[in-house]
Amino acid sequence: MASVLDLLGAILLVGGTAFLLSGGIGLVRMPDAYNRIQAGTKSTTLGPLLTLAGVACLRPDWGLTLLLIGVFLLFTNPLSSQVLARAAHRVGVKQAPQTVIDRLAEDQGEQP
Amino acid sequence: MVEFLIYLAATIAGIAFLLALWRFIAGPTAVDRIIAFDSLTIVSITGIALAALAEGRGIYLDVALVYALLSFLGVIVVARYIERGF
Amino acid sequence: MSALLIEMSLLLSVTMVAAAILATRGRQSLAIAILAAGLVSLLASVQYLLLAAPDVAMTEAAIGSGLTTFLFFFVLGRVRGGERD
Repeated sequence: MASVLDLLGAILLVGGTAFLLSGGIGLVRMPDAYNRIQAGTKSTTLGPLLTLAGVACLRPDWGLTLLLIGVFLLFTNPLSSQVLARAAHRVGVKQAPQTVIDRLAEDQGEQP
Repeated sequence: MVEFLIYLAATIAGIAFLLALWRFIAGPTAVDRIIAFDSLTIVSITGIALAALAEGRGIYLDVALVYALLSFLGVIVVARYIERGF
Repeated sequence: MSALLIEMSLLLSVTMVAAAILATRGRQSLAIAILAAGLVSLLASVQYLLLAAPDVAMTEAAIGSGLTTFLFFFVLGRVRGGERD
């Protein structure tokens, strides 16, 4: 019989992959590269964290490795997203026509 | 029940994988393809965790750790190439 | 192999073929071809993992997908002055 911890772990697995699916839908439907960076990276940070927590609930003896992977993803994923967005802005990737404000270009216009 | 939920999670992750693959193939600029590559790597980490759960072998998770390292390094290298070409 | 692993392997095979077609197609920049080749190597590593060879998978991920992609981008950045586009 499935215990409460097993059931909680399986529900966490499905929830984490649902976040991954929302990231995939955002990756397809967003209009320009900056919005895709937002949609792709935020959901792919939370999705694997929930999934790894679910695996840790199902198999508690793998907890240390899963914690290491989760901490590494939590630290490096926002960093890589920021570096990528800065590179895209610097080489001048086109913005969507709905974009109304660009703070980075304003800042660079003040102090070149 | 638990096996069915694991199977459902793998199916949802597979759909997310296909959506990210579509963006990788159709993306107009290189930045779109890099972000799709990053998403594909992270969905692969989830898939590796599910495969380790299905097989019951904890050694698979070490490969997922290498993947997490690799996704970060790859994005940094390609962003640096785009920004100033080494 | 359970049914779950076989289906994951089939999905990875389809993705590898699509990425390899993208890598060898003409009329595109070299960076995208290198990125697609790196994706093929990464998914080959997952295939090795699903065939129950974690050490081979780790080596393939570190060398084939990490070091080779890095080296290609490094060399492409160095020789870009001689390229036409």
